[in-house]
Amino acid sequence: MIEVKNIQKRFGNRTVIQDVSTVMKAGQCNLIIGSSGSGKTVLMKCMVGLFEPDEGEVLYGGQNFTTMDSQAKTEIRKEIGMLFQGSALFDSLTVEQNVMFPLDMFTSWPVKKKQDRVNEVLNRVNLVEANRKYPAELSGGMKKRVALARAIVLNPKYLFCDEPNSGLDPQTSLVIDKLIKEITIEYNITTVVNTHDMNSVMEIGDYILYMYQGNKEWEGTNREIIFSKNQRLNDFIFASDFLKDAKDMRMLEETGRIPNHRNMDLLIDKDAPPVIPPSKDV
Amino acid sequence: MTIFSDIGRYLLMIKGMFSKPENGKMYWKEFMHQCAEIGVGSLGIVAIISVFIGAVSTIQTAYQLVSPIIPPSTIAQIVRDTVILEFAPTLVCIVLAGVAGSRIASELGNMRVSEQIDALEIMGINTKGYLVMPKIAAALLMIPLLVIIAMVLGIWGGRLAGAMANILSGNVYDRGLLENFVPYNVIFALIKSYVFAFIISSVPAFYGYFVQGGALEIGRASTKAVVVSCIAILFADYVLSALLL
Ligand SMILES: Nc1ncnc2c1ncn2[C@@H]1O[C@H](COP(=O)(O)OP(=O)(O)OP(=O)(O)O)[C@@H](O)[C@H]1O
Ligand SMILES: [Mg+2]
Repeated sequence: MIEVKNIQKRFGNRTVIQDVSTVMKAGQCNLIIGSSGSGKTVLMKCMVGLFEPDEGEVLYGGQNFTTMDSQAKTEIRKEIGMLFQGSALFDSLTVEQNVMFPLDMFTSWPVKKKQDRVNEVLNRVNLVEANRKYPAELSGGMKKRVALARAIVLNPKYLFCDEPNSGLDPQTSLVIDKLIKEITIEYNITTVVNTHDMNSVMEIGDYILYMYQGNKEWEGTNREIIFSKNQRLNDFIFASDFLKDAKDMRMLEETGRIPNHRNMDLLIDKDAPPVIPPSKDV
Repeated sequence: MTIFSDIGRYLLMIKGMFSKPENGKMYWKEFMHQCAEIGVGSLGIVAIISVFIGAVSTIQTAYQLVSPIIPPSTIAQIVRDTVILEFAPTLVCIVLAGVAGSRIASELGNMRVSEQIDALEIMGINTKGYLVMPKIAAALLMIPLLVIIAMVLGIWGGRLAGAMANILSGNVYDRGLLENFVPYNVIFALIKSYVFAFIISSVPAFYGYFVQGGALEIGRASTKAVVVSCIAILFADYVLSALLL
């Protein structure tokens, strides 16, 4: 469990994160959503201590991470896996060496065992036959997946993913989302994901924090997000008609009713045969 | 004002390097890698410049010593002493500040800008210890060795040029080399090269490690690192000469 208490971060005299507090539970995917520049990355970096927050504190499992001495911080960090927005792979190492790096550094496993573990995680992120390539030879999406593999190779207790599926095709995106969700449940990880992908929000978001210009504008579960009346949140999440339709479908499934928030006459074809609600396994 | 805060951050970086390695084997591997990069990577250029420096020293010394009373073997002595005292340590280190220094600054700068340093930090690795310390240690080992090689090659280059230009024969040159030889000069040169090695590795590491911004800043940082290292080398050269000679 990670507790964020009144975090504030300024760059110069510009406040980028304004008094954000939240609790992120273990075993669920905690999403931070918000438009570009709303402070998601900065908030995440404050949580892991890459930025020193100007005010407030972050607690990992009840321990105050912000005020800890560096040795205790190191201990917590060994339990953190992080996927950076720009992947941050080591250019001088191959894919395999990149993923193996944390194992080399922190385990004394025999080579064979390390190799097996590396292949296992690379498999899970759907990346085979790239083992000997260098990061410069990979596509952006492949880099993301290698970085995710590296973040999870040591079975972290806390997993931070900064936009894990930006730049991925919808299918791979889904694979990555599912993987994050799976391991979160499997190993009871406290997972924090920054995203602007609405598909992820609906698929894996157990708990969602919506950032608006550095402030926490809304937080809640992904069921609550459907019913939220927050205008900014609605404008952000259900930006397209397609997504609005998806939201209505969800509502229909949950409550059997669709709110009268737009002109339904346009959607309903009076002469058509009665609508049969789509069954789930189609 | 920034100069004081820079010096402060520089000292903190040096202090931060010293901590128990997370994994000795990985640190050793990184150290060996840096030894190869700094030592072997700079060997070629060091060899070329030192041979030429020795050769030019012989010719120019001969050109300036016109008096018939001075025996030709004196030329060898002068070449020997200038190469050992100044050319091999100082000039080679200035060149190394350009070659190795800019490489260190841009490597670390790139790692900083592309968040690789952050990625290491998140894993719980002391990046100053893992990235900076092996570079400084490798420089402290390899650069004095390069300076010794430069001394030998410089003196040899002088001998070669002397024979080729008919200034003095190899035998005379060899005799001159042994006249009035002061072993302390070599020790002084080694002390200098240790100090310079520390400058060449730590100053560029500082500029690279603390880069902010993008690719453009990496280039700026490595230029600045080379300039500052060169000035620091010349200043240290002056101070050490004043103190130790
Ligand atoms: N190192 C920094 N120095 C100064 N300002 C910064 C720094 N990092 C981020 N900012 C500012 O903080 C704000 C929030 O940036 P942040 O990277 O958190 O956005 P984001 O929500 O992650 O956006 P995106 O979705 O595009 O990644 C931006 O306005 C940015 O200009
Ligand atoms: Mg971001």
